Amino acid sequence: MSGVLQSALESRIDAGGKCLVPYITGGFPGWVDAVRACAAHGADAIEIGIPFSDPVMDGPVIQQASQAALDAGATPVSILQEVRTLDVGVPLVVMCYYNTVFHAGHERFAADLAAAGVSGAIIPDLPLEEAGDWAVAADSAGVETVMLAAPTAPDERLPRVAARARGFVYSVGLLGVTGERDSLADTATALAARVKRVTEMPVLVGVGVSNAAQAVEASKVADGVIMGAAVVRRLIEGGADAVGSFVGEVRAALDESSR
Amino acid sequence: MSILVTPSSDGRFGEFGGRFVPETLVPACQELEAAFHDAWSDSSFREELHQVLREYAGRPSMLTECYNLSEQLGIRLVLKREDLNHTGSHKINNVIGQTLLAKRMGKKRIVAETGAGQHGVASATAAALMGLECKVYMGAVDVSRQELNVFRMRLLGSDVEAVTSGSQTLKDAVNEAMRDWVATVESTHYCLGSVMGPHPYPYMVRQFHRVIGEEASQQCDDLLGSHPDFVVACVGGGSNAMGIFSGFVDTPARLIGVEPAGGAAVGRGQPGVVHGMKSYLMQDEYGQVQEAHSISAGLDYPGVGPEHSYLASIGRAEYPTVTDDEVIEAFQVMSRTEGIIPALECAHAMAWIIRESPKMQGKTVLMNLSGRGDKDVGQMMGILGGLK
Repeated sequence: MSGVLQSALESRIDAGGKCLVPYITGGFPGWVDAVRACAAHGADAIEIGIPFSDPVMDGPVIQQASQAALDAGATPVSILQEVRTLDVGVPLVVMCYYNTVFHAGHERFAADLAAAGVSGAIIPDLPLEEAGDWAVAADSAGVETVMLAAPTAPDERLPRVAARARGFVYSVGLLGVTGERDSLADTATALAARVKRVTEMPVLVGVGVSNAAQAVEASKVADGVIMGAAVVRRLIEGGADAVGSFVGEVRAALDESSR
Repeated sequence: MSILVTPSSDGRFGEFGGRFVPETLVPACQELEAAFHDAWSDSSFREELHQVLREYAGRPSMLTECYNLSEQLGIRLVLKREDLNHTGSHKINNVIGQTLLAKRMGKKRIVAETGAGQHGVASATAAALMGLECKVYMGAVDVSRQELNVFRMRLLGSDVEAVTSGSQTLKDAVNEAMRDWVATVESTHYCLGSVMGPHPYPYMVRQFHRVIGEEASQQCDDLLGSHPDFVVACVGGGSNAMGIFSGFVDTPARLIGVEPAGGAAVGRGQPGVVHGMKSYLMQDEYGQVQEAHSISAGLDYPGVGPEHSYLASIGRAEYPTVTDDEVIEAFQVMSRTEGIIPALECAHAMAWIIRESPKMQGKTVLMNLSGRGDKDVGQMMGILGGLK
């Protein structure tokens, strides 16, 4: 039985489309409007980052946004309180580092997410072997835990990662941290193809998907893309309006390519 | 049964440790674990390691009896002289081990983080010796307070990058080294500098430093006729302490790991997860990692190696703190009284011994002098002004 997140993505895919999941740093000034703008311009789900003091998977742009959010006083609690008031009509997925979860306690954090109306969670420093206790708590709270598949994973590992994934499988686009790149890495489509072979779940490419053309390229193999730094840079530079027009531009390009 | 833990495949010391890293790094950690296991049980690897430590690093390091301080403090104080190793600290034991292992794994490049610069200098040295490319990440704050070590690393042919994110100290250098490793994992070995990080690092680095405790155990038997009453070492991540503790953990000796008051992970922290491990961690009510504040760049770290958390949790080792002022005093006392300028890190251990000596009258105390203070004299000149 698929959850809210997976169902939303599958309805796009079943209609012949490609999924678009933008990322917004929670707590960054103007972030709530940016989430609304994403929803209004065709996002299928929205990833909301809970800023952490030591974001090892993130490059300079998301680091900067996270620090600004922390400096503005953002906490996991304050962000989830605002999320609770959002009614944007698409599933919300929280991205946070594991200490935020561990510190709150697995059951409590899962319950807090569910109570805030969050459908899914992505925890980039919680690999398969360590995910067990959290995954059980998340499953029982109805929170879909997205698992990441990495280009370095041997073939035997991918089916196990996919089997533990809920919502979708996050196919990591390159060796490296989040951030924009001039071109889509070859590993992006290569890994997405490998993951597609071992799962029926939606497979989305994230990390290093930087513009509409790269989103289209990745989506030739994958079911869609997650876009982080490219969106957050626009949030930093131009606020919610800039985010909205960028998301709309990528949406149009994906729709055009899958027509 | 020994208290010294050999972690199982989940990398746990009791409830601590583990492998909390991005998926991208999981295969690399598994590969490293297998390669280390293979090398450690290979007598030719152990022989080569032993030979380099002997002929290049200057092992075994000696034990020095401190007659002057012993008389002054009413204890019998002996020092394990890791400060006399090549590059001036215990760090060389681990980097010789890891660079030999990196070559065995076919890696061409290493990355390292450094706080005070001792691990960075040791890594740069071993990389020069072994013909490996080396990049060292160092917090921008530490770059300015340890400029001599920065120059040393560059002289040795390494690339040093000042890290300007976060608190710009050791924890941020670790973040940046991990980010580098995520991007370069196929060609690069992360030469982590302490008994921390994801499995197998805490275990592997402790094994590479066990030589300190093994030598000291034999030397104490020869000199004292027994184990000492106290074994004292400073703790940041905790590698020099784990090295010397490992030789005495199964004796009745009291094990004392001295933390800076501004970086007391065990003393003031609670279990948390950062840098790949579950361990005691200084954090706020939401789990944000707090910044440590210590006079000593090498101890300016809000976490601690997981085996220390385990030893603390079972009550086998104690983790008191000392203040910067006590450290500054101990730094001068040791210099004047014994003619040994200690690293500021080790001055923490000395400061605890001076403070607690009234309660240890007549006892034997082994202190790990894990590094020499040459690197700190510039900073101390600034603090003390011109001494008359």
